[in-house]
Amino acid sequence: MRHSIRFYLGSVRHEISGVSPTTTVLDWLRDACRRTGTKEGCNEGDCGACAVLVVRLEGEQLVWRAVNACIQFLWMLDGAQIFTVEDLRSPDGALHPVQQAMVDQHGSQCGFCTPGFVMSMVAYCKTPGASMAEGAINDALAGNLCRCTGYAPIVRAMKQVLATPETAQGIQAEQALAESIKTRLKTLQGDQTAEIAGAEGRITLPASADALAAAYLAAPDATLVAGATDVGLWVTKGLRALPHLIGIGQVPDLRRIEHTPEGLWLGAGVTWAEARPALAALLPDAGEVIRRIGSTQVRNAGTVCGNIGNGSPIGDGPPVLIAAGAVLRLRRGDTRRSLPLEEYFLAYGKQDRQPGEFIEAVVIPVPHPATVFRAYKVSKRFDQDISAVLGAFAFIPDGEGRITRARIAFGGMAATPKRARAAEAALEGQFWTEATLHAAQTALQAEFAPISDMRSSAWYRQTVAGNLLTRLFAETGPHSAGTETRLAGWKGEAYV
Amino acid sequence: MSDPARNPETQGAAGGASPSMRHESAPLHVSGSAVYIDDLPEPRGLLHVVPGLSTKAHARLVSVDLDAVRAVPGVVCVLTAADIPGENQVSPVGRQDEPLLAEGEVSFYGQPIFAVVAETRGIARRAARLARIIYEERPAVLTIAQAREAGSALVWRPLVMSRGDVEAGLAAAPRRLSGQVTVGGQEHFYLEGQAALAQPGEAGEMQLWSSTQHPTETQHMVAHCLAVPSSLVTVEVRRMGGAFGGKETQANTPACLAALAAHRIGRAAKIRLDRDDDMLMTGKRHDFVVEYDVGFDDEGRILAVDMVLAARCGWSADLSGPVVDRALFHADNAYFYPDVRLRGEPLKTNTQSNTAYRGFGGPQGIVAAERVIEEIAFATGLDPLDVRLRNVYGTGTRNVTPYHMTVEDSISADIMTQLALTCEYRKRRQALREANRSSPYIRRGIALTPVKFGISFTATHYNQAGALVHVYTDGSVQVNHGGTEMGQGLHTKMVQIVLREFGLREEKVRITATTTGKVPNTSATAASSGADLNGMAVLDAVHKIKARLVKFAAEQWNVSERSVQFLPEGVQVGGQCIAFQDLTKAAYYARVSLSANGFYKTPKISWNAETGRGRPFYYFAYGAACAEVAVDLLTGENRIERVDILHDAGLSLNPAIDIGQIEGGFVQGAGWLTMEELVWDEAGHLRTHAPSTYKIPACSDRPRIFNVALLEGAPNREATIFRSKAVGEPPFVHGVAVLHAISDALASLTAYQTCPRLDAPATPEQILRTAQRLRQQAAH
Ligand SMILES: Cc1cc2nc3c(=O)[nH]c(=O)nc-3n(C[C@H](O)[C@H](O)[C@H](O)COP(=O)(O)OP(=O)(O)OC[C@H]3O[C@@H](n4cnc5c(N)ncnc54)[C@H](O)[C@@H]3O)c2cc1C
Ligand code: FES
Ligand code: FES
Repeated sequence: MRHSIRFYLGSVRHEISGVSPTTTVLDWLRDACRRTGTKEGCNEGDCGACAVLVVRLEGEQLVWRAVNACIQFLWMLDGAQIFTVEDLRSPDGALHPVQQAMVDQHGSQCGFCTPGFVMSMVAYCKTPGASMAEGAINDALAGNLCRCTGYAPIVRAMKQVLATPETAQGIQAEQALAESIKTRLKTLQGDQTAEIAGAEGRITLPASADALAAAYLAAPDATLVAGATDVGLWVTKGLRALPHLIGIGQVPDLRRIEHTPEGLWLGAGVTWAEARPALAALLPDAGEVIRRIGSTQVRNAGTVCGNIGNGSPIGDGPPVLIAAGAVLRLRRGDTRRSLPLEEYFLAYGKQDRQPGEFIEAVVIPVPHPATVFRAYKVSKRFDQDISAVLGAFAFIPDGEGRITRARIAFGGMAATPKRARAAEAALEGQFWTEATLHAAQTALQAEFAPISDMRSSAWYRQTVAGNLLTRLFAETGPHSAGTETRLAGWKGEAYV
Repeated sequence: MSDPARNPETQGAAGGASPSMRHESAPLHVSGSAVYIDDLPEPRGLLHVVPGLSTKAHARLVSVDLDAVRAVPGVVCVLTAADIPGENQVSPVGRQDEPLLAEGEVSFYGQPIFAVVAETRGIARRAARLARIIYEERPAVLTIAQAREAGSALVWRPLVMSRGDVEAGLAAAPRRLSGQVTVGGQEHFYLEGQAALAQPGEAGEMQLWSSTQHPTETQHMVAHCLAVPSSLVTVEVRRMGGAFGGKETQANTPACLAALAAHRIGRAAKIRLDRDDDMLMTGKRHDFVVEYDVGFDDEGRILAVDMVLAARCGWSADLSGPVVDRALFHADNAYFYPDVRLRGEPLKTNTQSNTAYRGFGGPQGIVAAERVIEEIAFATGLDPLDVRLRNVYGTGTRNVTPYHMTVEDSISADIMTQLALTCEYRKRRQALREANRSSPYIRRGIALTPVKFGISFTATHYNQAGALVHVYTDGSVQVNHGGTEMGQGLHTKMVQIVLREFGLREEKVRITATTTGKVPNTSATAASSGADLNGMAVLDAVHKIKARLVKFAAEQWNVSERSVQFLPEGVQVGGQCIAFQDLTKAAYYARVSLSANGFYKTPKISWNAETGRGRPFYYFAYGAACAEVAVDLLTGENRIERVDILHDAGLSLNPAIDIGQIEGGFVQGAGWLTMEELVWDEAGHLRTHAPSTYKIPACSDRPRIFNVALLEGAPNREATIFRSKAVGEPPFVHGVAVLHAISDALASLTAYQTCPRLDAPATPEQILRTAQRLRQQAAH
């Protein structure tokens, strides 16, 4: 058993024992390393001023991801290579092409957001197939807030970088860097469970799902942490002490994305970023919702199962997955069970999970070819905002066009993510007509009583939920051709 | 989105005084080596300060039990009002209504009651939550409506501006209508939160590094709190990570708390507010309710306007007086009101003390003016642009403002006409209306709105500035001035002035941190005036040094003074060219002073609030914006599809920086009027106190097509620095075009028969509610 965490910061190897379970990467960088280029703008994952690059070796592939250092715990870097803005200049002091483009295009004003933008931009450049499309650039930068520039010059800088062909010298340097990172990261690989104890608590990093099952059964009061995009805030904002954390984000057998006979299998360690292509291939609108969950940095860390495990009534994953008919795989010790996802959410803050039990995976059945599936996220701001309402809809028209197997689920409308059973019943067996629409809307109004909060009023939620049925009808009903029905996604690049 | 094919370099050559130098700190920004307060090397034994905040909006403090806070290991002390050696007071306007730490009562949810001083920030944050405070709640007044109903006090004398006889004007007008518009507040959301570091020195000295727009005021506040003369307190700021008005007075409380801790313990102390604490504690843009009564004729000409502009000011005066005044100063926007009366109502409420925010009340006044225009357009069936053009200030007649200042250079009509042509406003408006007919769910709208913004502090004495320029014997130059850098590029412009005057290259000139030790008694860097005021002061200092060098060179080389010229190649002295550093070195040996301070005060201005008359502004900055939006009638979601802006920056000091101010200002202004919503619950708790709940525009919220152009060949008529115009605040107002474009889209619901009366912020919910109301109206 290992008793320390190991990672590289720049080219320096760090091996730390006794690390506090809740020290964040950001605090460690700024306070312990005096790397003050990485900024704190919010300490809750929303502004991107703290973005850093985390590189991992997956198989033989290096994967570069921007994450928000303020809500990543230091121990989560175990096995990784991290770069901060200080690492970008070349040895001769020359600016990185992204930095140079930001200077050339006047991309910084007050400069406080700039290091975070630079890191997100570098990460985007490392994304295979990074395109010049506005929509793609917006997505890459959605998690970085800038209050000064209005973003226009930053996007110009991004385009400048993408439009400039890399020099042979540059490519060579990149390759050399990649090789040295690979070599370093290989030295960190191992299949041992790690257990790090310190004055403020302990961290268990199980090496396998079996080890996790055993560890969690033995310590059912421990807190599971996958991507920490929820748990991180309990610490940075809730100031909670978490004396025992079990990290599941890097457990290899939980990182599986697989097509199984039951459907698409997403292991508990699969992030939103990783799940998106596979889910979008099954259900394009699910891909569009995922595109708007948090930001690139949040999706790079946050997991699908963590979203479920968090049990929030406003989580975006559950309604989409419920409408898709997803099944949850739970495991406690060696005991496994399956549960339709909607049955997992019992009440506000209460899920059907036993002490020591964890989510192993969520499985999304492959939709019938005739399935009609739509999911609509509605929030105050398009990108990186929590939904006021999210409606997800699935049905299969039979040979004559009658609606069968209707599944409707809403987020933001009740104390849990919830199926709209009455509305489903109103659709079931009916032709998809205006009368059916109105019947479903009437049923829907009666079965939900949402709350008012800072995101929106009960009236808004109720009204929009009904209107989303109208949108569904407009998109999938008999007169759907040619009518513009939504604004999300940039023109010509809408959804997918 | 098309990138405007424009090269800042050529623009600068064509219309500007000097080319588009990049931001002086850009290479530092991009490499993470630009230093902000929290990045400074930490002095040994540094302590950390975290405030403890009220959780009631209005209450008597029955008991404040801090024992549990003190008992936390690592807590060094807990500061309360009793620990303040001097005045427990941070009112920036001498009202004595803003205690640094609450004493006896609390007046808003978020008010600092105590401050924990601890060895680490984490310890201090956790300890601060352990206070046991017993409150006896009092009725809290939260909103403008509640304040009016409760007959709440005013935090400032209510200004009245009038010209002509408004009652008679309204009575005589062929047509008349009245209504009300609500305009929301706005959180600054500077990316760098409030921060200060205090280091005690010998003999009672206190050195502060503070993220402040107003080092001099911060210095005064700290001195008062510590009961020491200002000469013992030095405040320095190299740069802020954004401010937008939010660090004009709001930086004082954090600075005073850090200084108090340092003073009490004798060790350096730092405060860096957590984002949530920052948003709970600090003031924001004022929200307003404006009631208007307007008389006009069938041609859409305004005959009389009566307005009452009521603002939620919060629990103390802060800058609310001048903010509400400025709302009145801009309640005409670009329009002539023949008979007019404007009344301000600065209402006291149990909420954060609202403060300066880019535009300083001006944008709120302009929103009201534009609503009046819109009402008239719907009432007469005219295109709102035509109503605008018919009412803009004239050049010889119809040119006196409600505050009796003559508008000498009204160019609003030209700018609007030019923009309408280049962006094809009329054609597109027609096309959108056509397309809307066959689009049941998504509707599009377009609007073109002007801005006329008065430049100068309305507190006349603020319109002064100082600078200090040193030339060293190696020919390098150090520039200091009273202005602060918050991202607006002020320091860059100041460097450019020096480069141009001395003919030097960039690496020869270094601008340093702003410090009260070098340039004293400065004004806040605010009111867009930074470059106007400090630029002239820098120029004054440079001219003094140049004059000495010229005199010296003329004597030394026996040429006429006129034949000495500072050129990029070197200093031309008669027939020969001497390197700048050779000249300065020679001058030094000849015992010529190479250091000078500079000073400037704005000429021509005056303002008498008692009579409501004067010339408060040195000049006006103009511009216009045309926005096109798409609105989803099912959800209220909306997108800005295209924006064209034509803006007047005079002879721009730096076109790239000015365009940056316009792009950034526009997006901030559009955010204010659309997605940015402050929500308080019934207990007065601000529920949108973090970016998770308070949404500023993100990257994809910028307009898809975004064309920004500077008005060409338009030197400032007044003798400003190189005939440029201030550019910080005016472009913020261009966001108003978005509100009106959304309104235009909604008007399609009533076949453009009814003024939608869309209030701000036009969140999706606000839009949906308005759409529902319009549908009901159309059905009747
Ligand atoms: C800036 C920001 C934006 C966000 N935007 C969105 C958004 O748009 N939509 C949205 O839905 N969410 C959003 N979130 C919330 C969050 O990102 C998601 O809920 C994410 O999916 C959580 O995954 P995680 O791996 O980070 O979970 P963690 O934080 O690691 O864990 C969350 C919870 O799940 C539990 N848990 C984790 N894994 C398991 C498991 N295998 N078995 C049982 N319990 C488990 C944990 O114990 C914890 O209680 C946002 C968060 C941030 C910070
Ligand atoms: S500090 Fe804002 S995302 Fe981390
Ligand atoms: S440059 Fe100031 S926040 Fe982006």
